[in-house]
Amino acid sequence: MTIRVKFFASLREQIINPSTEVDGSQAKTISDVWALATDEPMPAHVLCSVNLDHKDPGDPVADGDEVAFFPPITGG
Amino acid sequence: MAVLIKSETFNPASLQAAHESSLNTGSFGATATFIGSMRNVNEGDDVIGMMLEHYPGMTEKELEAIIEDARSQWPIDDALIVHRVGDIKPGEPIVLTAVWSAHRAAAFDACRFLMEALKSRAPFWKKETLKDGTHRWVERNTPGY
Repeated sequence: MTIRVKFFASLREQIINPSTEVDGSQAKTISDVWALATDEPMPAHVLCSVNLDHKDPGDPVADGDEVAFFPPITGG
Repeated sequence: MAVLIKSETFNPASLQAAHESSLNTGSFGATATFIGSMRNVNEGDDVIGMMLEHYPGMTEKELEAIIEDARSQWPIDDALIVHRVGDIKPGEPIVLTAVWSAHRAAAFDACRFLMEALKSRAPFWKKETLKDGTHRWVERNTPGY
């Protein structure tokens, strides 16, 4: 099983060749997913979600999850 | 209750009227709306265009959750949120929030809540095109209060 990984907005442009899938058996938390998907350190301001819900980097992940990373929100 | 994501420009008054026509006329005594539109200046620079990116699926989920949060706090009859995505020009509307309720206090307060909650929870990101042709991501929102 895998965990799908998405990057949005400025993060998508900044992260070089990120993985769009990581091995779910190697990731316990969102931070683990970041470390598996990219060689770059996670920026301090990064926001994240699991299965379309806002989460914190230390929150757990599971096989089949969709994890997303994005910069601060600027809509409206 | 409705959430609409628009990839083309929209007329806020028309969408408000269309939504209101589906409501039970006479049941509400107050309607509050907020319209946000694109400015041609930001941080002292002339801005000629903007691209609004979002996270399809999460955007709708968050906006619907925000409306539910409003319903749990105020006695509102109905609410509508419309938000643009894609390429936008100065002067075009970006967002519409509308609330219908029996009295004005709930309408005003819930409409303000929808807008402020949207600004921090709904996954949208703005990328501006400046007059000199360069692009830059908007990094933060202006304070609402």
